[in-house]
Amino acid sequence: MGSRTARTSALLGSTFLAAVTFSGSLLAEELRLITWGGYAPDDVVAQFEKETGIDVKVTLSNNEDMISKLRATGGAGFDLAQPSQDRIIGVQRQFNIYKPIDFSRVNTDQLQPSMVKATKDSTELDGEFYGVPSVWGTSGLIVHSSVADTVTDYTDLCDPAVAGEVSYRLKRPTLIGFAFAMGMDPFAAYNDRDEYESILAKVEDKLIDCKSNVKTYWTGGDQLLALLRTGEVTAAMAWDAGGWKLNAENPEIRFVAPDSGALGWIDTFAIPRRSENEEAAYKWINFVMQPEIAARITNASGNFTASKGADEFVRAELRDAYRASFNDQAINNIKWYPPVPPGLETLEGQVLDRVQAAN
Amino acid sequence: MNASAGRLSLWLLLTPFLLWIVLLVLVPHLQMLRVSFQVRESWDTLAWGLEQYQNFFTESYYWRTFVRTGVMSLFTTFLTLLIAFPIAWYIARLARGRAKGLLFLACLVPFWASELVRTYGWMILLRESGLFSSWLQALGWADGPVEMLYNDVAVIIGLVYNGLLFMVVPLVTTLDGMDENLVEAGYDLGGSHLTVLREVVVPWAMPGIVSGCIVVFMLTLGSYLTPILMGGKDSAWFTGQIFTQFITRFNWEQGAALGVLLLVLSSLIVWLGLKLSGQSLRKVMG
Repeated sequence: MGSRTARTSALLGSTFLAAVTFSGSLLAEELRLITWGGYAPDDVVAQFEKETGIDVKVTLSNNEDMISKLRATGGAGFDLAQPSQDRIIGVQRQFNIYKPIDFSRVNTDQLQPSMVKATKDSTELDGEFYGVPSVWGTSGLIVHSSVADTVTDYTDLCDPAVAGEVSYRLKRPTLIGFAFAMGMDPFAAYNDRDEYESILAKVEDKLIDCKSNVKTYWTGGDQLLALLRTGEVTAAMAWDAGGWKLNAENPEIRFVAPDSGALGWIDTFAIPRRSENEEAAYKWINFVMQPEIAARITNASGNFTASKGADEFVRAELRDAYRASFNDQAINNIKWYPPVPPGLETLEGQVLDRVQAAN
Repeated sequence: MNASAGRLSLWLLLTPFLLWIVLLVLVPHLQMLRVSFQVRESWDTLAWGLEQYQNFFTESYYWRTFVRTGVMSLFTTFLTLLIAFPIAWYIARLARGRAKGLLFLACLVPFWASELVRTYGWMILLRESGLFSSWLQALGWADGPVEMLYNDVAVIIGLVYNGLLFMVVPLVTTLDGMDENLVEAGYDLGGSHLTVLREVVVPWAMPGIVSGCIVVFMLTLGSYLTPILMGGKDSAWFTGQIFTQFITRFNWEQGAALGVLLLVLSSLIVWLGLKLSGQSLRKVMG
């Protein structure tokens, strides 16, 4: 979720209209994939190209950037995208940028049935399904052991004991996480605009109060990892995979599931409405979800896969790190993002702007 | 060559320029103007209206960020001028032959790397675990790590650095053409350093100063990477807000309105600057 590669998006920001890429290469077959950093490792791409003869052009992105680019072109420019499952339906209703998934062309045998069902449920519109589950993970807290006793929930980031050593993003997961930590249930209020607004108002006050504690709002995964690695930041709200990556370098740094629950996301495969090579898109989906390939992607990115049977190929350290962060209770306590209704993000945007501008 | 052939070649020469201006500048801006007057009534219906422009004035964080960006850009421009003037004076009047070329090259070299690389360079120097901080500690001038990044001063350092070349070049060009006798005459008539600077040098260099200031001001106002990467949690920059509206909020209507306002207000500031300094755009840019 969010911007594992926000730096990329920042770079592309001023020229986002460049999303209108000139494709038109009919000679060699091509798959234009827009995805997250780490989801299409070089060796996997190379193997796919060798086996199928299809050139893969990877564009790194994040949820908002993907939607913006596809919106600018009405769903053209890319053949396959990987948005999070909660960000498909609302966007589809507003901008009509995806086309339904033809599940008869997806090898669902190699996918975990529960995840397929969950993704289908949350990406259904007018009887059609728009997403195939691909990779999943959580957001929670990355903490240095020196402050691990103080910071056990999102709101503990505002504790005076960690003043100036804290970082989080100014994006919607932060609002959601803080709301849960403050004892509210924002997901239950998704369809009740007034209720949701009152939740946001409380979170806004909290985040403005908390601002003095924050060193900087991080905007990209690499930036955050650098801040934590150097010890400039000792507690941050972030993705599990980043925490485990740091844990492998420095055992003092750990990913913990917050008391109020980690936030769970599933990234999917979705086909842009004006995809020019659907055939290749389905080939790619079926290729990367093979257990061995999926495990290689997991080993590279640290995120889990919806592929069935990939577990046995995943590095042991990664499994250990996962167990250290999640006991059974923490797993059951994961809050999975339901689909975001249209219009909600405008409200959230205003709150985030006000927090950014507050002194 | 007869007249019609001459006209044809003129048109052929003009075509790429016209295509560029119309397709890449004019059309997108008009489109932006159109979008900025659209109001999203609910999530799937649009109407015409001024709501986005109203938002700019009623939601204080928009106009406060704008004022902040404007004031900081003006300050950056002024600071760049102060730093660039002695450099340009040295290159244009004092340095001779080879040294002149080398000095000019030294100003140019940083611009062989992209803005992103330059900004990251500054971040490595200024951050808490960075070079300056560790030097200060090694010299015993600081007890612990010193954070110099993520504040407005860091942003201004980065912006001045990015704008320097664009101030130095026009200044060198104008100062180069100044007659040495004018300065000497100023001293002969009993002028002090300050008087000569004020009455002779600055008026002579005015077109260069103004054109440098315009370029640096526009670059600074429209810069995105430096303020976003080096600024802290409070360092909002107007271009950042436009980006946010377009990309992370999917609110193209608001983003377009902010973009139009940025264009109008920055043009206004430049016009005001020209009026106040008594220059005309033709004189400055010609």
